[in-house]
Amino acid sequence: MNISRNTIVFKRIIKTGLLNFVRNAWLGIAAMAVMVITLTIILFSIIANATFANTVQQITDRIDVSVYLNDSVTVKQREDLINNLKSLENVEEVTFISKDQALVIYKQQNAGNADLLTAISQTDNPLPASLQIKPRDPNRIEEIRTFLERGDIKSLQSDETSYSGDRKQAIDKITSATSFFRRAGIAGIIVFAIISMLIIFNTIQMAIFNRRDELTIMRLLGASTNFIRGPFIVESIIYGLVSGVLSIVIIQALFSISARTFEASSLGILDINYSNTYFKDHYFTFVALQLGVGILIGAVSSLIATRRYLKFKTSK
Amino acid sequence: MILLDRVTKTYNKNGQALERISLHVEPKEFVIIIGPSGAGKSTLLKLLTREEKPTSGKIIVGGIDYETLKDKEIPLLRRKIGVVFQDFKLLPNKTVFENVAFALEIVGMGNKEIENTVPRVLDIVGLKGKEKRMPKELSGGERQRVAIARAIVRQPRILIADEPTGNLDPKHAWDVIRVLEKINKFGTTVILTTHNQEIVNKLKRRVITMEAGSIVSDRAGAEYRG
Repeated sequence: MNISRNTIVFKRIIKTGLLNFVRNAWLGIAAMAVMVITLTIILFSIIANATFANTVQQITDRIDVSVYLNDSVTVKQREDLINNLKSLENVEEVTFISKDQALVIYKQQNAGNADLLTAISQTDNPLPASLQIKPRDPNRIEEIRTFLERGDIKSLQSDETSYSGDRKQAIDKITSATSFFRRAGIAGIIVFAIISMLIIFNTIQMAIFNRRDELTIMRLLGASTNFIRGPFIVESIIYGLVSGVLSIVIIQALFSISARTFEASSLGILDINYSNTYFKDHYFTFVALQLGVGILIGAVSSLIATRRYLKFKTSK
Repeated sequence: MILLDRVTKTYNKNGQALERISLHVEPKEFVIIIGPSGAGKSTLLKLLTREEKPTSGKIIVGGIDYETLKDKEIPLLRRKIGVVFQDFKLLPNKTVFENVAFALEIVGMGNKEIENTVPRVLDIVGLKGKEKRMPKELSGGERQRVAIARAIVRQPRILIADEPTGNLDPKHAWDVIRVLEKINKFGTTVILTTHNQEIVNKLKRRVITMEAGSIVSDRAGAEYRG
């Protein structure tokens, strides 16, 4: 008896919530509009942040130090140098590139330039053997530099050490800016989420304020708290669901448009293709996230907004 | 059925609304409360539905002591009391049928039973055929009767009617009173407040007269004394 009664009540709450959603569509649109914008921006920020981090990672991965060796350097000297370098804390990997390998690479890089290739094949291989050092932390390259500048090491080298050419300074700036931007980005997302939650809360509260008389009447007729509040929560949850779906659709549309427009081109520092892949790889996580956040915001705000109209008088 | 013992209600600063009211209503009784506006009639009824809490004194209705009543139990109490409000208090977004059905939905009655019960009660109050109207499409008298239908549909043991004839022409006023008498005959305790002298005189029931927050007379089969 009691269970079936609860089922009846539960069904009624859902049904009334759905009905209210349809009947109050116009009031709901305001709440949903704010929610869609919020959810879209949050999702967009998450993807942008990931893309940015990825770009920086890619650039820093490419940072290496090339040490060009004199032709006179013996195998023993070379091995010692490699071992010494490897013993440095910030060195992740040391790769030896022989004169022959250097020539092969050079030829590959200039495959389209027939003149240059003919010229180089007519001379004795002019390219030096080299060591490519991959640092663990590209921000702390000084340690390696100091080591390489030492007199005895310096004498083994045929050319100036190359620190990823001219990119070094730019890379330095990017890497230091990265951590700042990431932190600022996360803080921004949080602040924005809070502000929009307040707006959504306010919108839902307005919608409920308009119907406060209904709440009071239901109360007077002996309706339980859940019976009164339930439909409002159901209604707000539908707002959240609809908004979550819409925000995913918007982001998806943005990607499909931008992927076509910017195909194969790079937008400076942001790699659209990566964003797209990232979005697709985490698709279901994002769907769950958007729906979850939407439902949560809707449920919590309607829960709080109905509270004051459901209180019983306690003053004597 | 209803017991009030030295009940006082004081609103902030505005002085006393009720002063040491003691009252006893037997089951199945029909009680009329009269008195000028501001005499405390509405406050008294609000105390009975636990819309307000007494400043002091004891209230026991249907064996329930309001002092020990928890917030959670208030809805259960209200389901046992039918109330016809002066301002109807209909749900504006629900049809006539839905308004009456709502009282039954609250208590978890099945849909079939609701579909059977509501038309019967609407028939009693003379609103057959207006089930699908919205409250704003009804006249004052019709709204009043929806409110009555809603109050009696649960067959409450106590029915409180606050000026149910206030907005009605004499014919409809008497229709309403007849409904109340019928309910009373079936065993419901009725508490009625009214300004209508004719009704009081013709009903010949127990009449409680209030003035300035106190009961000044309580007589059986009494007539209205301006």
